[in-house]
Amino acid sequence: MKSYILKRLFHSIFVLVGISLVVFIILHLTGDPAALLMPMDATPEQVAQFRKEMGFTDPIIVQYWRFFKGTLMGDFGQSFRHSQPALDLVMERMPATIQLTAAAMFIALLVAIPVGIISAIRRNSILDHIGMTGALLGQSTPVFWLGIMLILIFSVNLQWFPSSGRGGIQNLVLPAITLGMFTMARTARMMRSSMLEVLGQEYMKTAKAKGLTPRAVILKHALKNASIPVVTIVGMELGTLLGGAVITETIFAWPGVGRLAVQAIYNRDYPVVQAAVFILAAIFVLVNLIVDILYTYLDPRVKLK
Amino acid sequence: MRIVETTAKTADFAEWEQRATRWRKVLGKLKENKGAVFGLIMVLFVVASGIFAPLLAPHDPIYQDVEKRLHPPIGQTGADPRHILGTDHLGRDIVSRLIYGARISLVVSISAVAFSAVLGTIIGLLSGFYGGKVDSIFMRLADVQLAFPFILLAIAIIAVLGSNLQNIIIVLAITGWVIYARVVRAEVLSLKEKEYITAVRALGGSNGRIIFKHLFPNVIPPCIVIVTLEMARMIIMEAALSFLGLGIQPPTPTWGGMLADGRVYLVTSWWLATFPGLVIMLVVLGINLLGNWLRDILDPRLTQL
Repeated sequence: MKSYILKRLFHSIFVLVGISLVVFIILHLTGDPAALLMPMDATPEQVAQFRKEMGFTDPIIVQYWRFFKGTLMGDFGQSFRHSQPALDLVMERMPATIQLTAAAMFIALLVAIPVGIISAIRRNSILDHIGMTGALLGQSTPVFWLGIMLILIFSVNLQWFPSSGRGGIQNLVLPAITLGMFTMARTARMMRSSMLEVLGQEYMKTAKAKGLTPRAVILKHALKNASIPVVTIVGMELGTLLGGAVITETIFAWPGVGRLAVQAIYNRDYPVVQAAVFILAAIFVLVNLIVDILYTYLDPRVKLK
Repeated sequence: MRIVETTAKTADFAEWEQRATRWRKVLGKLKENKGAVFGLIMVLFVVASGIFAPLLAPHDPIYQDVEKRLHPPIGQTGADPRHILGTDHLGRDIVSRLIYGARISLVVSISAVAFSAVLGTIIGLLSGFYGGKVDSIFMRLADVQLAFPFILLAIAIIAVLGSNLQNIIIVLAITGWVIYARVVRAEVLSLKEKEYITAVRALGGSNGRIIFKHLFPNVIPPCIVIVTLEMARMIIMEAALSFLGLGIQPPTPTWGGMLADGRVYLVTSWWLATFPGLVIMLVVLGINLLGNWLRDILDPRLTQL
């Protein structure tokens, strides 16, 4: 067990180093970052001076090592636009993104798990058809369009919820539904197929033969086993949610890391872009590490390789 | 001599007939699945729109007529019968723009899927067959990539490289290879232990021959399923990039770009944002339905996709 956790930890660190490398490369894709970072009207002398100051004249390995050391210390440099360290800017926005992502995950699971279970128990019934058609539609709806349509219906026409900004729970409803829809749809389908698989197992017959009520069979025996694969989904879907948050935050003017990153990209504020991308990716890696470790507790059959 | 020829012809014919029967069987199965039929019709409809856009579109998609701006779709007061779905903020015909918009969507998604499928399949074949260092390098690379919020990575790369057709296709292709590589690798790992591979090796078959003649054909069915489902994802991704202003630049009509325009006029003119999103959703739904059906007949093990 310990060696498994150590191995997973080592693996996660490796992935984080890889991420820092990719984040570093993005800035160097065009060849000369100085040209990107300096204002358009800078003189060649200014550009040369800047290049020297920033260390862009050093060999690329030296530059990466410097960037990597900075990353370890949480130092991504100063934002060009706001005179603040890039990491501080990202961290300021982090609570908003975590709130939105958590709310989206909550709504998704709240709907998806019952829908999946009912669809599986009442297989091929009207309820199953409605549930799975809904899930299919949910998986096919682009996040950005769903957000706009929700604003059109619930903010513009019905005026039930505000269309932008962060504040009370009212502000959270539309963005959370928008962001959670895809995960909701996928989890519902996953829950259904996982449940169907469990229902077909021999031990379900045993449970029934013991004379348990159908309710006890479902709740005590089926549900527990069927939820194991769904736990991994929570980890996997986090990537979808963090990615989706970029678009959702832009649509609803939600002051989170995703919106900050998009704005920073448009403003060519690269230290902020690097910090945001790195932190979001790091969160994903950490959560998956935790999920993997939890998983081994939930399902002793998982081989600890 | 004649007899031999006739036999050959009969054999040919038998094979042809066999193949025809197989296709008839597949089509017969297709008829049973209403969802798949709808999906196929949807896909054919969009492909036809893309190819025959100049013939189908009632108006020039980029012709601006300020006097005709923001006409509502027919059925609404103030509608112009010549513009079934109304006009946009520059007086351009929505139907024509939707029809032409299919072109960018199709070109981008087909090219991106083709590139990522080839790249991912080759990596998966090599990784699975050779194992060892090659395998761990590619699989760690896949882990790193999966940790990124994809859309952020794409935005960052395109913002640095510039948004033209070629860059968009490259970025989407880069982000798509992982899933092929993983599925193909898993398939190869189990296939290469099979007896017929040992037999080929014993007969002196080279590694290249084993990979391309004996392993590759067996990974095609799962790849076809992934290709279909990835098409849907790429269409949404292209639209998301256009929506964020990083796609193909105006005046070329794109569905995502139309949505972004429509968002500005949401309060006064709902049809601008509604129709392009509806088209994306229907197309993606159609492809997903077709993909699900293909998965069921080709490779039911891929239910988790």
